[in-house]
Amino acid sequence: MAGAVSALFLLDIKGRVLVWRDYRGDVSAIQAERFFTKLIEKEGDAQSQDPVVYDNGVSYLFIQHSNVYLMTASRQNCNAASLLFFLHRVVDVFKHYFEELEEESLRDNFVVVYELLDEMMDFGYPQYTEATILSEFIKTDAYRMEVTQRPPMAVTNAVSWRSEGILYKKNEVFLDVVESVNILVNSNGQIIRSDVVGALKMRTYLSGMPECKLGLNDRILLEAQGRTTKGKAIDLDDIKFHQCVRLARFENDRTISFIPPDGSFDLMTYRLNTQVKPLIWVEAQVEKHSRSRVEILVKARSQFKERSTATNVEIELPVSADASNPIIRTSMGSASYAPETDAFVWKIKSFPGGKEYMLRAEFTLPSVTDEEATPERKAPIRVKFEIPYFTVSGIQVRYLKIIEKSGYQALPWVRYITMAGEYELRLT
Amino acid sequence: MKSLHKYNNVTISKRRLKEDTSERRGAKMSGHDSKYFSTTKKGEIPELKEELNSQYKDKRKDAVKKVIAAMTVGKDVSSLFTDVVNCMQTENLELKKLVYLYLINYAKSQPDLAILAVNTFVKDSQDPNPLIRALAVRTMGCIRVDKITEYLCDPLQRCLKDDDPYVRKTAAICVAKLYDINAELVEDRGFLESLKDLISDNNPMVVANAVAALAEIQENSSGPIFEISSHTLSKLLTALNECTEWGQVFILDALSRYKAADAREAENIVERVTPRLQHANCAVVLSAVKMILQQMELITSTDVVRNLCKKMAPPLVTLLSAEPEIQYVALRNINLIVQRRPTILAHEIKVFFCKYNDPIYVKMEKLEIMIKLASDRNIDQVLLEFKEYATEVDVDFVRKAVRAIGRCAIKLERAAERCISVLLELIKIKVNYVVQEAIIVIKDIFRRYPNTYESIIATLCESLDTLDEPEAKASMIWIIGEYAERIDNADELLESFLESFPEEPAQVQLQLLTATVKLFLKKPTEGPQQMIQVSF
Repeated sequence: MAGAVSALFLLDIKGRVLVWRDYRGDVSAIQAERFFTKLIEKEGDAQSQDPVVYDNGVSYLFIQHSNVYLMTASRQNCNAASLLFFLHRVVDVFKHYFEELEEESLRDNFVVVYELLDEMMDFGYPQYTEATILSEFIKTDAYRMEVTQRPPMAVTNAVSWRSEGILYKKNEVFLDVVESVNILVNSNGQIIRSDVVGALKMRTYLSGMPECKLGLNDRILLEAQGRTTKGKAIDLDDIKFHQCVRLARFENDRTISFIPPDGSFDLMTYRLNTQVKPLIWVEAQVEKHSRSRVEILVKARSQFKERSTATNVEIELPVSADASNPIIRTSMGSASYAPETDAFVWKIKSFPGGKEYMLRAEFTLPSVTDEEATPERKAPIRVKFEIPYFTVSGIQVRYLKIIEKSGYQALPWVRYITMAGEYELRLT
Repeated sequence: MKSLHKYNNVTISKRRLKEDTSERRGAKMSGHDSKYFSTTKKGEIPELKEELNSQYKDKRKDAVKKVIAAMTVGKDVSSLFTDVVNCMQTENLELKKLVYLYLINYAKSQPDLAILAVNTFVKDSQDPNPLIRALAVRTMGCIRVDKITEYLCDPLQRCLKDDDPYVRKTAAICVAKLYDINAELVEDRGFLESLKDLISDNNPMVVANAVAALAEIQENSSGPIFEISSHTLSKLLTALNECTEWGQVFILDALSRYKAADAREAENIVERVTPRLQHANCAVVLSAVKMILQQMELITSTDVVRNLCKKMAPPLVTLLSAEPEIQYVALRNINLIVQRRPTILAHEIKVFFCKYNDPIYVKMEKLEIMIKLASDRNIDQVLLEFKEYATEVDVDFVRKAVRAIGRCAIKLERAAERCISVLLELIKIKVNYVVQEAIIVIKDIFRRYPNTYESIIATLCESLDTLDEPEAKASMIWIIGEYAERIDNADELLESFLESFPEEPAQVQLQLLTATVKLFLKKPTEGPQQMIQVSF
C-alpha cells in the first residue's frame, strides 16, 4: 500500500485556501473548493463529519485546529492513520514555531510555513516532524542567520530527535506522572467502564547525549528479575513509548532505555483496565414537585484516603435548557448556574478524602411545553478534579539513571498527580 | 529513592510546562509576513518587476516575498518568471527557497523560460552545503518540464551516491518523482539499480525513503521491480528499529506485501515486528497490526496465534484514546479485524461504549463494532447501552441505535425476546422517528423468527397513524399482510392506507398490493377483493 499525498492545504474556516503546497502536480487549488462543497453538502455542520471524504477520484483527509482546516488531497490509496497523525504533528510543529496555529499566524509566517511544508513532506511522503530539530535549521525572521545553515545531523541520524552539543550548567530532569481517571457510570449507579490513562511527562535539561534508564515498579519486570515484590508492583495493560525508547530492548527484558529529546515530551503513556473505585462519587436526586418546580439534591463523596485531598473540584450538573430562577445552597464550596452550558457548576477548592458534601438546588420550568418536542439531550454529570501526590495505579518511579560520557551528575525530580479524565455519571 | 525529590509546588504540570515553553520561546517572535499581502495602487505587476530588478539585495528579497504572497492568494504572477529566476543565484537560503517554490508553481506554464534555471540548479546540486544540494534535486524533481528533467539525471546520479545521508534520502524520493514523469528514463539510466543499492545503505532514513520510492514505482509498473527477498527482508527489519517513525510506516507497509515461505518464517517476522505495538505513533501501531495479521494466516500453531491475539488487543484498545480522527480510522480497521479474528476483542466490548462527547462519526463506528461483538454473554449490558443511545438527540445516531437492537435480535436467537422488549419500551416513549425505526427492525425480526412474536402486533398498531416514512409504512403493511389472519381488523387497517394509495411511493404501493392479496388469500371475503380493485 504505497500511497502519497498530492497536496497539503491549509484552509480557513470558510474553506478558502490560506496556503497550499502541491507535492505531485496531479491536483489543483480547485480541489480545496471541491472538498469544502462536499463537506457542506454532506451536512451543514462540518464538525460532525468523518475525517475522510472521497470525491471523484480524490481522497481528502482533514483535521481542524482552531480556525484552520489542515487537509491532504490524494489520488492514491494512502495510509489514512499515518496521514491524519501527520497532520496532528504538523499542528504541533506550527505551534512550536508560532505559539498558536490560526489563520493570522499562518499569514504572518507564510514564508516559514512554505519552508516547513517543504521539509516535513517530500513528494507526498511524510519526512520529518521533530519541531525542536527543525527549528535548528529553519528559522523565523527574527532569528534568521546570514550564515548558510546545514541540516543538523539529527535529521538523518538514528537518534533523530536530539542534536549533539547541548550544554546545560545544571543538569536536571523533571518527571511528572499524570494519571487521568476515565469513568462511565450508568443511571442505575453501576460502573459501566473505568480505566486509567497515565503519562510520564518529562522535561530534560541535560548536556550531551545522555543514556537514561528508567525503573518502574512493573510487576513483569520485577518478577523477571526474581525479586520479591514486597512493595506494590503494578500491571500495566498497554504501554506506548516515545520514539526515543528502544522498543526491541523493552520487548526483550522490559528495560526502558533511551536517549531523551531536549525539553519536554511524553516519555510513555500507559493504560490500566482495573476497576477503580470512583474517587469522587456523585449522586443526584431530581424531584419534580409540579410541572414547573424542580428540586435537585446532590451528594458528592470522596472515596480516597483521608491523607489525600482533591483540589479544584468542579461538578457539572445538567439541567433543562429552559430552567429559570435557580436557588442553590451548598454545604461546601460555591455553585452557580451556567445557562450557556445548561448546567449548575459546583466548585469545591479543596475536598479531603472520606468527606461528603451536599448541594440543594431548586429552579422553575415554564408551565407550558411543546407536546411534539423531541426529548432533550440527556447530558451526564461531569466531574473534574486533581489529586496531587497520588496515583490510582500505584505506579512508582524506582530510579532514573542518567549516564553521560562526561560523567556529570544529574538530578531527577519526580512528582505524581491524578486528575479526572472523561468522568461521566449518567442521570436517570 | 534518595535522589528523587518531590516538587514543592504541586500546581498541575500542564500549566507549568506552558509557562516554561513560552519563556523559552519569548525571544523568538513570530513573523510579520502579512504585510506582503497588501497591494499598492500603482499597477502591481510592473511595480514588482521593478523591485525584482532592484540593485539592493533586501529590496529584491522583499519583492520575491510579495510575489509568493500574490501566488498564495491565487493571483497569476507567471509573467514575472524571468525576473524571479534572475534572483535565483543567491547566497541567501531563504530567498533561494522562495524562488524554487515559484519555479515549482510556474515552470510548467513557462516551459521555454524554465531552461534559464537549469544552470543554477546544476550548480547548486554540487554546492558544498548538503542542505542546498538536497534542495536542488528535491526541487528539480518537482518541476515537471521535460527540459529540466533531462538535466536532472546527472545531478541525481551524483546525489544518490552523496556522502551526506540527508542528500541521499532526498535523492531516493527523487527517483520516484522522475519515474512519475518519465519512467523510461529511470529504467534506461539505471536509477532503479542505484535505488535498490540504497536498501543496503547504512543510514536507516535513506533505507526507508528508498523503500517508499521502490514501493511506489512497483505499484505503477507492470514488471517485477521491487521484490522482497528474505535477504532484503532481514535488512528492512533491522532498519525498522532505527529509522524515524514515518520511515517505520513506509517499511511496515512495504513489508505487508511480503509472503513468508512457511510458518516458521512468519513467526520470525512477527517476532521482530511486535515491539512496534508499543510505539507512540498510532500509524506505526496500525501498520504493525496489519502486518502481524497477515503473517498470522500462515502460522499454524494455535498457541502462537492465541498469544498474538492477546498481544494485539491492548494496543488496539489504546488507539481509542487517540485524537478522534485517529480513533475513526482505528475503528474502521477494528471493524475488519473483528470479522476475521473475533476473539481478539471479544472481552473488550466495553471500550466501544460511546462517550457523551465523542464526535458523531466515532459514535457511529463504535455502534457498528458493538453489534459485531455482542454475544449471549454481554447482550444485557449492550442492550442497556443501546437504550441509552436511543434517547439521545442526534437523529441519525438514535436511528442507528434502534437498528442495532434489531440486528442483535437477528444475530442472537436467545436474546431476541429481550431485544424486542427493549424495542417496545422505546416505542412507548412515542418519539416519532424512534417508533418508525423500531417498526422497520421489528419487521426484520418477524422475518427471521416467523410466528414467534406476533403477540406484540397490537402494540405496534397503536402507532399506525404516526408513520410517515415510506420504509416504516411499508414495513408495517408487510406485518399486517403477513399476519392478516390473526389481526381481526386487518382489512380496516389496510383500507386506511389505501386511501392515499396513488400518492404513495412505489415501495409502499408494492407492499400494499402484496398485503391485500395476502389478506384476500387468507380471508377470501368481499372486502379484500374490492380493495384489490381499488389498487389497480
